[in-house]
Amino acid sequence: MALLRLILRNVLRQGLRSSLTVTGMAVAILAFCLLRTTVEAWYAGVAAASPNRLVSRNAVSLIFTLPLSYRQRILSVPEVTHVAYANWFGGIYIDEKHFFPRMAVGPSSFFDLFPEFRLSERQVKAFWTQRNGCIVGRKLVEKYRWKIGDTITLTGNIYPGEWRFVLVGVYDGATKSTDETQFFFRWDYLDEVVKKVLPSESGRVGWYIVQIASPNNAGTVSGAIDALFRSSLAETLTETEKAFQMGFVAMTEAIVVAVRVVSFVVIGVILIVLANTMAMTARERQPEYATFKTLGFGPGFLVTLIVGESMAIALLGGILGVGLSVPTADAFSKQVGPLLPVFHVHWKTMALSLGVSLAIGIAAAGLPAWRAVRIRIAEALGHVG
Amino acid sequence: MIDQDSQRSSRPIVLIKGLFKSYRRGVQEVPVLQGIDLTIEEGSFVALMGPSGSGKTTLLNLIAGIDGPDDGSLIVGGTDITGLTDAELARWRADHVGFIFQFYNLMPVLTALENVELPLLLQKLNRRQRREHALLALDLVGLVERVHHYPKELSGGQQQRVAIARAIVSDPLLIMADEPTGDLDKKSGEEVLDLLQQLNRDFGKTIIMVTHDPRAADKAGTVYHLDKGVLNNQ
Repeated sequence: MALLRLILRNVLRQGLRSSLTVTGMAVAILAFCLLRTTVEAWYAGVAAASPNRLVSRNAVSLIFTLPLSYRQRILSVPEVTHVAYANWFGGIYIDEKHFFPRMAVGPSSFFDLFPEFRLSERQVKAFWTQRNGCIVGRKLVEKYRWKIGDTITLTGNIYPGEWRFVLVGVYDGATKSTDETQFFFRWDYLDEVVKKVLPSESGRVGWYIVQIASPNNAGTVSGAIDALFRSSLAETLTETEKAFQMGFVAMTEAIVVAVRVVSFVVIGVILIVLANTMAMTARERQPEYATFKTLGFGPGFLVTLIVGESMAIALLGGILGVGLSVPTADAFSKQVGPLLPVFHVHWKTMALSLGVSLAIGIAAAGLPAWRAVRIRIAEALGHVG
Repeated sequence: MIDQDSQRSSRPIVLIKGLFKSYRRGVQEVPVLQGIDLTIEEGSFVALMGPSGSGKTTLLNLIAGIDGPDDGSLIVGGTDITGLTDAELARWRADHVGFIFQFYNLMPVLTALENVELPLLLQKLNRRQRREHALLALDLVGLVERVHHYPKELSGGQQQRVAIARAIVSDPLLIMADEPTGDLDKKSGEEVLDLLQQLNRDFGKTIIMVTHDPRAADKAGTVYHLDKGVLNNQ
């Protein structure tokens, strides 16, 4: 108890130095938290992927479509329980800066495949009743202050024309990692228009979402689906939803690696700053350490005193940084919107940050503690002669 | 705390024979103590005098077990302290030696009471017992009304009295004082010396004091002079 009191008073002793170090530590941990959260946000789609969903797309590239007729054949594959499909619509809302994913989906069982989208039966029914109905994620609705019954107009770029949709439903994510920034409308509405303006693209879907009975059979089922269409004009490539999402992330892997590296560079920098502070502190207090040794206190006491002070400063900064990360992440999330749709600081990131703070505290005190233990009393007291 | 019933005796408490100590400065070996022979009786008040660099503080450090000799025998309170490891020496110091430094060496973040309690953290005492002992020691040095003051709130003389209370609180065998009046004005220095004399006279404490000041040495019962590492007169 006396030791703890001594540690805390030592922390408060150099008020300005300690506050600046704690602030620096807090800023570093805040940056670490946000950078880690950015990486997690990048992988949010992968993390949210269901293990019992496969995605079948054109083997050549995702930009090439598949015939709608494939659905029945895929359904015939053993272990396949549901098959839905989607088309990337693209389009522009207000201008290019207001990006969010817009997809035409079908058939009417589409939302059964996505239990993570929570919306009422009534809204699902309204969606399949209203030809140009749309269902939108909660974050998007809040951002644009839409309400049920509003007309939302998109300007087509892949599919030309002015597209008017009526908002009939709003989904909430089952967990914090569910993307609530997507915009769904009916595939048959899209196909109706496509028949008139781009007849060659009619009756084609961007990709199939295949629900399987057991994730253990994902490999077998994927192989069976692809075998069905081998040597056809549109061969398929079927993979797990996770692998499909990973394909997108892999395209930007270098950015993710860079963000990860920067997060550790930040930690390295603050480690050096704290180590410098502790080295200065320990150097100034050498006569005190020598006095403790003279009085009979052993190396363990000195190590605890120095490491304890370093850990206290690091932990204070860590707690402050983690505390600030939540509102900062919220503000950041509102700014970036659908670009990083799932952007919240996970408790694991908070725990990691606090763990990193403690590790920094211990590491920064290593050298000063070692020196304090090794000091010769007579020299440190300046009494040789 | 101090045993007020301690009786003076002529039992030797410090026995030194053929003590050598040198320090290395760069490649040069500088001899500091050259074959010291010295016996100090229990209950005596000894002053070690000599010019700067004569080796008096080094001798004090060796007797107190905070430095080791190169050669010679050094028996303090019946223990040959040259044979002790660093950890054993630390324990031995905590149990047998009280220290008074020229610049007090109090912990600035601790109050007078907490500073005096420090050596007792190494004893098997609970918090209440530590507090009682520390208050008694502070009472003895006349600072009981300043127990919750921090060192910076005390004068030099008062700080040195806190240091004396810290030195005596665990009732050590020996009190080692290194220039205890060196940083004090004349009046405060007198008060500190009177206090040391009182501890020696009334409580039978053995005190070894290093000093430059002949007036301080006058308070001691025995004065040893060191010159160039040799104890040449008494």
